[in-house]
Amino acid sequence: MADERGTRDATASGEDRRSPAEQGAGVAELPARSWPLWEVFVRSARGLSHVHAGSLHAADAQMALENARDLYTRRSEGVSLWVVPSAQITASDPDRRGAYFETAGDKVYRHPTFYARAEGVPHL
Amino acid sequence: MEHAKTAPADGAHLVDQAELDDLQERFDATIAAEQRIEPRDWMPEAYRRTLIRQIGQHAHSEIIGMQPEGNWITRAPSLKRKSILMAKVQDEAGHGLYLYSAAETLGIDRTTMTEQLIDGTAKYSSIFNYPTPTWADMGAIGWLVDGAAICNQVPLCRASYGPYGRAMVRICKEESFHQRQGFEILYELSHGTPAQHRMAQEAVDRWWWPALMMFGPPDADSPNTAQSMEWKIKRFTNDELRQRFIDMSVPQAEVLGLALPDPDLRWNEATGHYDSGEIDWTEFTEVLKGRGPCNALRVSNRRRAHEGGAWVREAAAAYAQKQAARAAAQAGGGAAANEERAAAQGSGQGSAHDRRMAEAS
Repeated sequence: MADERGTRDATASGEDRRSPAEQGAGVAELPARSWPLWEVFVRSARGLSHVHAGSLHAADAQMALENARDLYTRRSEGVSLWVVPSAQITASDPDRRGAYFETAGDKVYRHPTFYARAEGVPHL
Repeated sequence: MEHAKTAPADGAHLVDQAELDDLQERFDATIAAEQRIEPRDWMPEAYRRTLIRQIGQHAHSEIIGMQPEGNWITRAPSLKRKSILMAKVQDEAGHGLYLYSAAETLGIDRTTMTEQLIDGTAKYSSIFNYPTPTWADMGAIGWLVDGAAICNQVPLCRASYGPYGRAMVRICKEESFHQRQGFEILYELSHGTPAQHRMAQEAVDRWWWPALMMFGPPDADSPNTAQSMEWKIKRFTNDELRQRFIDMSVPQAEVLGLALPDPDLRWNEATGHYDSGEIDWTEFTEVLKGRGPCNALRVSNRRRAHEGGAWVREAAAAYAQKQAARAAAQAGGGAAANEERAAAQGSGQGSAHDRRMAEAS
């Protein structure tokens, strides 16, 4: 499926079905082709949400955080970081976005502009 | 989310021709409306291939681009200059990583790209195959090479592919420090002793023409330009960007008190631009084909660094696995396979939420 593109690397680690104990024992074994992919979220200032900044590869969560600091906050862009394994994010299907989101479209009464009687009335 | 997977669609089926036409139409409409194509949108295979090639080459250029300047870190003339140069080289590494990430959203993985670079099948900007024999070359690279890169890159911030445009926004913000520090190096040398001035002039003489070649072949010999502009990946032709760079550089050279090595460079009242001399495209082709002064050296250095770092990558992966196994054992030995998978992927929490996410993936 076209919309599965871009996840190949992310799933490489997820496809390892051995138990962690088995994996831990296999120090001499070939490692995965590359470290897992992580998505990085940066809070630029206190009071603001974390915003997606980009992605990076790292062996584990701690390394992902350190790499994220070096890669995405070299100029004081952040006061807090989140890293999330890319393989653990579930997203809606972009090719079905029309049908998926259209139910919101016909509920115009959710917007204040739907109500005309209040026009010109102060503080309303 | 750039790399996220889509939850299994209930109506998954083979795409027929009518549906393909529909997808193409939607793609064209998105481009025409100046909207962005995002990673998991349908896109024509040629668009995908073009982007993978272009973003990959761009990423490789940033990574190889660390070498000519890395050459001077240990020999920078002062601690201040050394700190600045290290920060700049670190930025180049960062730019390479932003771009590799953008390319990865198109379905190619980092390891493949690195292999293509070190086995010589991937291209990168020819400019980095020139040597940096003096400190003044650090100035000329910053002023001219980064200056030309900025000309190229500012319009790429509006590229139709979302992750590429976003990477370019970040890169462009950081490039202006690069150009200004280069300008400052040249300015101080140019206004220093006669020997320093000569060193600055010689560096500009070396880098001016290769910098002009960075914009690529003339429009008449650039068969991919029209398609890239139609897709709104490129916004201006090679010659348009080159002319913009020349027009910007002439007054800057005057401030530096340095001459640009082109006897045909003169203001044209009628066009409102500077006329300039012919570029030696045979040199460009030679360097592109691998016969530049430093091609072999650059690739072999990259190969050595990659192969020499293999044990570090392996050790870090082994350590991560061990830590994850330990965390899983602590969370309660007989845990479900899902929980172990979630832990192995680095979350290490093993919560109900993790299990749900692991199942979804």
